Amino acid sequence: MAYSDKVVDHFNNPRNMGSFKKDEDGVGTGIVGAPECGDVMKLQIKVQNDTIVDAKFKTFGCGSAIASSSLATEWLKGKTIEEAQQIKNTDIVQELNLPPVKIHCSVLAEDAIKAALNDYKKKAEDNK
Amino acid sequence: MKFPIFLDNHSTTPMDPRVLDTMLPYFCEKFGNAASRNHPFGWEAEEAVERARQQIAQLIHADAKELVFTSGATESDNLALKGVLEMYKEKGDHIITSATEHRAVLDTAKSLESKKGVKVTYLPVDKYGMVNPDDVRNAITDKTILISIMMANNEIGTINPIKEIGKIAKEKGILFHCDATQGVGKIPVNVQEMGIDLMAFSAHKIYGPKGVGALYVRKKAPRVRLAPIIDGGGHERGMRSGTLPVPLIVGFGKACELCEQEMPTESVKLAGLRDRLQDGIMKHLDEVYLNGHPTQRLPHNLNISFAYVEGESLLMGVKEIALSSGSACTSATLEPSYVLRALGVGSDLAHSSIRFGLGRFNTAEEVDYTAKRIIEIVTKLREMSPLYEMAKEGIDLKSVQWTAH
Repeated sequence: MAYSDKVVDHFNNPRNMGSFKKDEDGVGTGIVGAPECGDVMKLQIKVQNDTIVDAKFKTFGCGSAIASSSLATEWLKGKTIEEAQQIKNTDIVQELNLPPVKIHCSVLAEDAIKAALNDYKKKAEDNK
Repeated sequence: MKFPIFLDNHSTTPMDPRVLDTMLPYFCEKFGNAASRNHPFGWEAEEAVERARQQIAQLIHADAKELVFTSGATESDNLALKGVLEMYKEKGDHIITSATEHRAVLDTAKSLESKKGVKVTYLPVDKYGMVNPDDVRNAITDKTILISIMMANNEIGTINPIKEIGKIAKEKGILFHCDATQGVGKIPVNVQEMGIDLMAFSAHKIYGPKGVGALYVRKKAPRVRLAPIIDGGGHERGMRSGTLPVPLIVGFGKACELCEQEMPTESVKLAGLRDRLQDGIMKHLDEVYLNGHPTQRLPHNLNISFAYVEGESLLMGVKEIALSSGSACTSATLEPSYVLRALGVGSDLAHSSIRFGLGRFNTAEEVDYTAKRIIEIVTKLREMSPLYEMAKEGIDLKSVQWTAH
């Protein structure tokens, strides 16, 4: 299968690859997928004053999965929690030119964003 | 070193230039139809076909008259299974095969199951991918008319105990078909000693042209009969109609002759390169697992799982090397290899598998380069892998509640 140039670029030069400490203040972590299915994404956001100031990912999966999560971190940075909620998998499909068999990678990335946001909100609730 | 490096010799092989030289006159000058009996054009073509038949037969210790030319091993497998089931349907309707066969056998068996009501036993394999001859014996019923077990697996290279299975088949008077596509030309094959009644193989896996294969059909003790799946002019003793592709057959013959001459040195060379690749990789990476049998394997096959790294991303990271993750036939789907699953390899490690297929034209330099690049990319992708991070933190990945999707 031929990958789009954007997928190849994200794969070769992943943006924001790495981890935050899960218990750090303002950090939300989302881990989605399963090793048996061939992809697991970990997406983390760091929030200050309702704005995502930093994001990081680690992904086990194909090139499209890695590119989807790498792109997601780029998009998350600078967005408010509210804005981040609006990121749709179809936006990722469009940006990366994903073929039909790789659409699940974008779905997983959207799930990871939601999971990270929920984790952050839950932690914020608990700390109140 | 020339790029890309071809290390996918189980999918196909480059044609040997010596094979091409032999084929060339049979396109424009000696273009006759081998079935034309009335003029020199036909005689010349027939002569060439018969010479090739001899060369091929010699490699597998058969009689030249026992070969039926087909379009390739897939057709040969289809003809063997469908032809036997149709011809011997009065005798029974049960086939024994194994879970790790090539799709050409498995899908043919499934089609016979659904369309013809044939019963099929899919034998399990051990953790090395090997069929146990006792399982074959125990699966036999009074309705069994065919045993179909592959010689060597196309993904993991494990070589089955063919001789033992052939013996059981003889003892019970059941026909034995062997898909030997990955074995012929690579390891010694002797249809007499192995007790094989039908055997499928093709030219393009042994440095010959694509589009031609053969089915060995035993003529004596027992005389195997087949119902054709292609009707027409009655070529190939009525078992496979259609004008013979003379240039392809000539190339097939030459390819077999070369394999026979070079196998003793070539198999030693390839096994040496294979070990060099395996050692080169395993010395520098932890949590790397060999798939398939440690010793009873094809000399040119290496199949490895790299824990915490997904196979497709690994291939993407070494674009200048042509490799395969599982069988090329299944790479269009997202399912992990059914062969590895049959060995009991977990889905996670099945997703992490890479198949290296060495061939006649690979060099030690290419092998060393490949080992170096694989180590680099696996290290890079593990850095990127949340699973590797979790494992290093001491988390048991099996205990995690994953969200399957």
